[in-house]
Parts: sequence; C-alpha cells; structure tokens
Amino acid sequence: MHTETLSNREEIIAEITQSVTDFGEKHIRPYMMDWDETQTFPREIFTQMGELGLMGMLVPEQYGGSGFGYKEYVAAIVAVSKIDSSIGLSMAAHNSLCTNHILQFASEEQKKRWLPKLATGEWIGAWGLTEPNTGSDAGNMRTTAVLDGDEWVLNGAKNFITHGISGNIAVVVARTGEPNESGNASAFVVERGTMGFTGGKKENKLGMRASETAEMIFDNCRIPKENMLGNVGDGFRQALAILDGGRISISALSLGIAEGAYEAALQYAKERQQFGQPIANFQGISFKLADMATEIDAAKLLTERASDLKDAGKKVGKESAMAKYYSSEVAVRVSNEAVQIFGGYGYVKDFPVEKFYRDSKLCTIGEGTSEIQKVVISRAILKG
Amino acid sequence: MKILVCITHVPDTTSKITFTNDNTELDKGGLQFVIGPYDDYALARAVEIKEQLGGTVTALNVGQQETEPTIRKALAIGADDAIRIDAEPTDAYFVAQQIAEVAKAENYDLIMMGRESSDYNGGQVHGMVGEMLGIPSLSPVMKLDIDKGVAKMAREIEGGKEYLEASLPLVLGCQEPIAEWKIPNMRGIMGARKKPLKVITPTNNDTLTTPESYELPAPRTDVKLIDADNTAELVSLLKNEAKVI
Ligand SMILES: Cc1cc2nc3c(=O)[nH]c(=O)nc-3n(C[C@H](O)[C@H](O)[C@H](O)COP(=O)(O)OP(=O)(O)OC[C@H]3O[C@@H](n4cnc5c(N)ncnc54)[C@H](O)[C@@H]3O)c2cc1C
Ligand SMILES: Cc1cc2nc3c(=O)[nH]c(=O)nc-3n(C[C@H](O)[C@H](O)[C@H](O)COP(=O)(O)OP(=O)(O)OC[C@H]3O[C@@H](n4cnc5c(N)ncnc54)[C@H](O)[C@@H]3O)c2cc1C
Repeated sequence: MHTETLSNREEIIAEITQSVTDFGEKHIRPYMMDWDETQTFPREIFTQMGELGLMGMLVPEQYGGSGFGYKEYVAAIVAVSKIDSSIGLSMAAHNSLCTNHILQFASEEQKKRWLPKLATGEWIGAWGLTEPNTGSDAGNMRTTAVLDGDEWVLNGAKNFITHGISGNIAVVVARTGEPNESGNASAFVVERGTMGFTGGKKENKLGMRASETAEMIFDNCRIPKENMLGNVGDGFRQALAILDGGRISISALSLGIAEGAYEAALQYAKERQQFGQPIANFQGISFKLADMATEIDAAKLLTERASDLKDAGKKVGKESAMAKYYSSEVAVRVSNEAVQIFGGYGYVKDFPVEKFYRDSKLCTIGEGTSEIQKVVISRAILKG
Repeated sequence: MKILVCITHVPDTTSKITFTNDNTELDKGGLQFVIGPYDDYALARAVEIKEQLGGTVTALNVGQQETEPTIRKALAIGADDAIRIDAEPTDAYFVAQQIAEVAKAENYDLIMMGRESSDYNGGQVHGMVGEMLGIPSLSPVMKLDIDKGVAKMAREIEGGKEYLEASLPLVLGCQEPIAEWKIPNMRGIMGARKKPLKVITPTNNDTLTTPESYELPAPRTDVKLIDADNTAELVSLLKNEAKVI
C-alpha cells in the first residue's frame, strides 16, 4: 500500500470517488434497469472497470493491480453501489473474496500466474464456500478433495456463488479431512475449462439481479497438485480470514445503497408538494431523514474504523463484523424508509429507490448473516 | 509533438452560483471545482494525439494554490507535467500574457484551450495568446488531426461543416466532439502525484478590465397552461402580458 499524508490520501479518495462516479453515470446508469429486469450479468462492464483499475484495487502494482488500501477500496465500492449495487456486489466478490484470497495465501509463483489476469479484469473471479446444506455452518461442508497421484480430485457442489457460471477462475474450499473435524478443509484454485467443473443453476433473485449467483458443480474434477493455496487443512482458517476483510466490502456495499437511497429521498422530499408545501416540511418525513442521516454517519464511522485497522495490519474480526452487521441493517432500514418517503412513486421502477430496497436485503445475508455477525461479535466480547 | 493545454479551474456546471462583496465577487463557499468542460475536451484530444504521434503534453493553469487538485486531475488524465502560474486570473488579458510568456520560452507545436471558460465565458484567451505569439489561432475546433506538421480541422457552421488546414504552431480553442472526456484511472490518480508540477510567479500584473458588478438571471416564473382549444386566450396573453406580439 502507498503511504501518503492524510490530506493527500483524502484527496486521492475524493478523486477515486469522482472517477468511479463519472464512469458509473456514463456506462452503468443508462443500462442498469435493463440488466435488472432481464437478470443480465454484464460481463463487459467488468472489463472496462478493469481498465480503470477497479478489479485489482488491493493488488500491488507488481501484479498489475492498483495497490490501494481498504479505505480507497471502500470509496470505490461505495461509489459504484450508490449507482448500481449489483455491480458493487460483483466488484466486491471479485476483489475481496477471490482475488484477495490468492493475494493473501498463494505462493509467489501462484500469484504471478493468476493475479495479473484478475487485477486487470481480463478474468473474473468466483469464491466458493457455501453449499446447499452448509451455509452459516460452513465447517461441515460436503464437497471433498482427494489426492490421487499428482492431482486433487474434487467432488460436490457449491451454491449461491457469485460468478459461479461466468467466473474464469474459482477459489474453492473443499473438505480434505473428516466431517466436523477441525482443520478438515483446504483451498484450491480451479480454472474454467477444467474437466468436471461446470456452472449449474443460476438463481432468480429478489435483488442484486445483475450480479450472477449460481451453482458450481465438481464431478471428478481433477486439478494439478500445485493449485492448492497454502497447506492441507488451512482452507477454513483462510476462508474466515478472507471473510473478516470481505465484511468491510459488504459494509461499503451497504453504505453505497444507504447513501444512494437517502440522497434520492432527501431530494424528493424537498421537491414533492402535498397540502401546499414540500413534504420535507412535515415532521413525520423530516425525522425519517434525520434518522437516515444519523445512521448512515454511524455506519460510515464503523466502516472507516474497520478499514483503518485493516490498513494498519491489525486484527479486525470484531470490528469488521460490527461494521458489516450495522451497515447492512442500516441499508435495509434506510432503503425501506426511502420507499416510504417516495410514496407510490417509491414502489414503481421509474424511481431508483425500489431497486435499492430489493438489493439491500442481500447485505444482511451474504458473507455471514446478521445473526452470524452477532455470533462473531459476542464471542469476541465474551472472550475478552 | 509538444503540446500545451491550458485548463481553467471552474465551478462544477451544476453549481448554484451566488455573489459576495456587494455583488462584485463570486462566492466560492461550498462550490466544487472541476476542469473547464471545453478544456477537458482539449486535454483529452491532446492526450490522444500524444499517444498516436509521441511527444509531451503539459497542462497549464493560471491560478492560486487551490487549483492544484484540478491540475492533478489533468495529470491523472494523461498530461506529463504541469505548470501553475501563481496568480488570481483577474482577466483574459492578464491570463493570456502569462500563457504567452511561458509559450515563448518553450516553443510548443500546439497550444490547446477550451473554446471558452465555463465561468466567465469570455472566449478571448486563445485569440489574445495567438496575437501575442504572432501565430494563428482558431476557435471553435471540433475535429483535429495532425498530418506531417499540418493540422486538419473541422467545425460545424450554420447549415454545414467547414474544413480547415493550418501549419503548426497553432493556438486552438476546442470543443466537443473533438474527443470524449477521459476518466482518470486508478493508476493515473496515483501516478499524478509523481509527475512534476512547476509553480512560477507571474511576469506582470497588467489587466484591462475590472468587473463592476454581477447579477443573477431573473428567477424562472411560473408556467401558464392554456387549453389547446383556447387560442383566443393565448393570443391575448402573448399580446398583453408577454408583450411579444
Ligand atoms: C446474492 C448472493 C451471493 C452470494 N455469494 C456467495 C459467494 O460468492 N460465495 C459463497 O461462498 N457464498 C455466497 N453466498 C452465500 C451466503 O454467504 C450464504 O447464503 C450465507 O452465508 C447464509 O447461509 P445460508 O443461506 O445457508 O443460510 P443458513 O445458514 O441456512 O441460515 C438460515 C437462518 O438461520 C440463521 N442461523 C444460522 N446459524 C445460526 C446460529 N448459529 N445462530 C443464530 N442464527 C443462525 C441465519 O442467520 C439465517 O437467518 C451468496 C448468497 C447470496 C444470496
Ligand atoms: C477566482 C477568480 C477570480 C476572477 N476574478 C476576475 C476579475 O476580477 N475580473 C475579471 O474580469 N475576471 C475575473 N475572473 C475571470 C477570469 O479571469 C477568466 O475566467 C479568465 O481570465 C479567462 O477569461 P475568459 O473567460 O475570457 O476565458 P476564455 O477566453 O473564455 O477562456 C478560453 C480558454 O482559455 C484558457 N484559460 C482561460 N483562463 C485560464 C486560466 N486561468 N488558466 C489557464 N488557462 C486559462 C482555457 O483553456 C479556456 O478554455 C476571475 C476568475 C476566477 C476563477
């Protein structure tokens, strides 16, 4: 990460926000309702985002990335998500799950092999932990990997995987030990085109409809031994560490949604006249706006704290869980109230808030539900 | 190809403008500043020409320290280095003298500007710089290609298009569709901080104009809707109220 004086860093962050916003207004906003309606995953937009440097935000320049810290990364996710949170989710999954897993746990040789393609958006990444029967309880997974000579043989299925069909490469956590045993999982990289690796059913979703969510199926899928990340048995521990950082991404995604919905509602409340005056004049509406603004600020501060700790290389498990838990609930509440402020116009697709409302709910579920965040937080505070 | 691009630091085009000091000064409080929209087109085309033919692009602004973020954006977009002439740009003549002074020493092949600034919209600086340097100036330029030292240009004119050619060096006032605005990428944003930004003091302080006062346009009045069948009332309103017929 680059070390900069604070004011310089703030200026860079403002420039990142401006660039991403300009890009989004031009290349995303005009098409996003179409993508949403038809559940189109716009692969080519990620190539353009790669050219802009958004697909390797945390990847050092030597591997073709932008070499930023979490604060800069958060600014970019917020700016994208304020326009289209589906694109924000895909950007987050690519950067902080798949790409970051390789960045954190791969050998030098593996990094050189995969990171440049991911960081430039030439390849898009998927990250597979969740299974049909093991979501929150990911330690109990059924997908297995068995060593056979120089190859690992993968069998099983992952579901709800972002870019499960379109991902050019996937980091997959599979069981290499006995069920329920600790240290029973390992992480592997599987490239698209490998025999026995296929995309399955694409989910039809409430929101985040332009972000592809699909099954990944492994049927006697053989991958070279050197595609393992780290050591046998490290997989689950690696996945949890990746989720600690990933939660900052979902906080940022939530913030973008909340800010987008709030700003739309604020403007509408000043313009919409009822009973001969702007509806913002009614305390029932202005107090909603006050709550929204306050909660967004609090969510922002929690997210900033988690990013600062992460950038300083400190432990961030509890703080990122707090940020993710709070921000995601704020995204849901704020977008709900935004629809309310828009009244009937909030319920129709000509205005932006119904989409924020639908998209927001993913944030309290993906990368650990709110309940699981509370498990993480309570364990940390009860331990200490 | 050695190109100078002159950029202004102007309020974002969606800004709400107010004045202070007895309406003799722009109130800069709360305003967000950007590269002048026409200058942004000039810069984008300059960067494309550099990519195509090689050479350098220098961004120049006459302004005080507050303009540096705007200058760095020009560097992020693709200028190689930048010059800030450290002075409040008080009028077009003053600005033109500063630019001409730099240009005399540097022998640029092309000096590209916006057709006009988007704050005071004078449309004068390029013409003045051309005169001061004794080289041609053209504005507005909507298309520009360089072919063996000759600039081939086009612009839209009443009822048609005009094609022009001129040999370098030249001063140009540019506007769309000469290029598409460039969005700085992440690498550009970081790289901008490593590129040289030279600050120089102005050579002299001659100005030819001083503003007396500024006035905002009258606020928009309410719209009157008249039934499509009621032409009599329309005519009467146009005659008696709007007094246009
Ligand atoms: C759009 C989308 C994209 C996704 N992308 C990915 C991806 O890229 N990669 C990936 O691996 N996964 C991905 N997921 C999966 C996601 O992480 C899981 O859905 C999530 O972890 C929850 O698991 P589950 O759906 O099986 O719910 P379950 O674990 O079955 O939970 C059901 C309910 O029980 C509650 N619950 C469970 N355990 C406890 C407990 N101990 N205490 C209290 N309450 C509990 C939960 O909070 C929830 O309310 C994605 C999901 C979605 C919807
Ligand atoms: C803070 C501030 C205070 C000002 N105070 C006064 C004042 O007191 N009196 C007054 O008359 N005007 C004042 N101005 C106006 C300012 O001087 C004009 O914008 C400037 O002189 C250019 O004049 P113009 O509008 O004719 O530019 P134009 O001729 O319309 O500009 C054409 C092109 O010239 C280039 N250019 C113009 N200005 C600059 C610049 N500063 N640096 C680099 N390139 C440039 C750009 O490429 C621009 O697109 C002020 C402007 C600012 C921002």
